[in-house]
Amino acid sequence: MATVTVPEEKKIDESPAAPAEPKPTTITLRISRVNPSENAEAKFEEFKVPVQKWTTVLETILHVKEKLDHSVAVRYSCRQASCGSCGMKINGKPRLACYTKISELESNVVTVEPMNNFQIIRDLAVNFEQLFSTHKKMKPFIINEESEVQPGTKEFIQTPQDLEKFLQFSYCIKCGLCNSACPTMATDKSFVGPQGLAQAYRYTADNRDKGKEDRLKIVDQSHGIWRCHFAGSCSNVCPKGVDPAMAIQLLRGYLLGFRK
Amino acid sequence: MAERLSNREGIRGMINPTRYGILRVAYWLQRLSGLGLLAYLIGHIYETSTILNGKTAWANMLSLTETPGGHIVLVIVIGMCVFHTGNGIRVMISEGGKGVGKPGQPEYPYRASSLNSKQRLCIWVSIALAALAMMYGAGVLFGN
Ligand code: HEM
Ligand code: SF4
Ligand code: FES
Repeated sequence: MATVTVPEEKKIDESPAAPAEPKPTTITLRISRVNPSENAEAKFEEFKVPVQKWTTVLETILHVKEKLDHSVAVRYSCRQASCGSCGMKINGKPRLACYTKISELESNVVTVEPMNNFQIIRDLAVNFEQLFSTHKKMKPFIINEESEVQPGTKEFIQTPQDLEKFLQFSYCIKCGLCNSACPTMATDKSFVGPQGLAQAYRYTADNRDKGKEDRLKIVDQSHGIWRCHFAGSCSNVCPKGVDPAMAIQLLRGYLLGFRK
Repeated sequence: MAERLSNREGIRGMINPTRYGILRVAYWLQRLSGLGLLAYLIGHIYETSTILNGKTAWANMLSLTETPGGHIVLVIVIGMCVFHTGNGIRVMISEGGKGVGKPGQPEYPYRASSLNSKQRLCIWVSIALAALAMMYGAGVLFGN
């Protein structure tokens, strides 16, 4: 039987010095607690939570749920800024909890509240019914008689330039941060809102689509596009670079006759 | 109850100019100056209409308005007028879809192109012009 000797320098060190884990610091997480079905007033509950440099706000809330109080209501799914579930007000500004690191907030006290301009279900979970129904009203699909694939038909060909005209608006994850930041949304419960208006533009700017007239009619109403004052807050908070404020002004350009 | 449930931010949230950058500040100043100018216009029509009641009524009104307090109001009106016009022109052009950037592939950290440097510059220029006009106006009104 052959024996193999491991050369001296290749021997594995049995007790490697593990890289020192950076010490967690502790922050105070203030969570707004409210249960409208019990008609209770919202109140803040405070929790001490250990955090690392990379800890996200969502992780601190999940720490509370796991270790301190499992009754905190929060909606989340993907944990990577893709599903649009975890929008909430973090230190006064709407953000995605999974996409906001504690370290970037530069504060030892982090306050989380439900997003404004959405009905509260419980604690941090809000109702998206209005956002979804408005989104559907914008006809978020390609309107084109010839879009059905028939024998003998071909797919639509788009150039990269055609694609760029609407691509960024199609990155919307329906998180609602824009609607929560919008100053018109703050006072007008019937306003279409930046999310819906941006989607109306996304399909209108698509050269496969023939539904421009339909959609312009839908947004050209008293609680529609004209209530936007270009305060830019939607684009300031959008986590996906959709830039709803740009979409709205470009859409308005069609209605004012500056664009065709 | 229903409104509390809706968690709508309300007027207090709408007029809060912090949090969302300079465009939100400009929105707030445009509103404030628009309403201020409207109030001034109404007040000004009332002020000048006293002339219809004869010389003494007009002289009485002037003794109220031609005062340091009245001059301060006028200096503020000059500022509101200049800012509202400058920023109003920016808003009108932008709301027609000009100067708000071009759609493209968003890149991390996703700075919105509608909040571009031209927009911010126009706002700062409107503020600076308003400040200059106010200084000039104050010089004329309070100077001898
Ligand atoms: C050259 C002069 C002016 C220009 C270019 C101008 C422009 C504008 C624009 C573009 C807006 C809409 C802003 C938005 O969409 O939020 C606006 C709003 C307004 N303006 Fe003017 N304006 C001028 C003069 C005046 C004057 C003289 C008054 C008052 C007598 C006035 C009173 C208002 C009011 C009350 C608003 C509504 C504010 C709001 O809803 O936010 N404006 N102005
Ligand atoms: S436009 Fe941006 S902020 Fe608004 S819902 Fe879509 S992804 Fe969220
Ligand atoms: S959990 Fe999906 S976006 Fe935050």
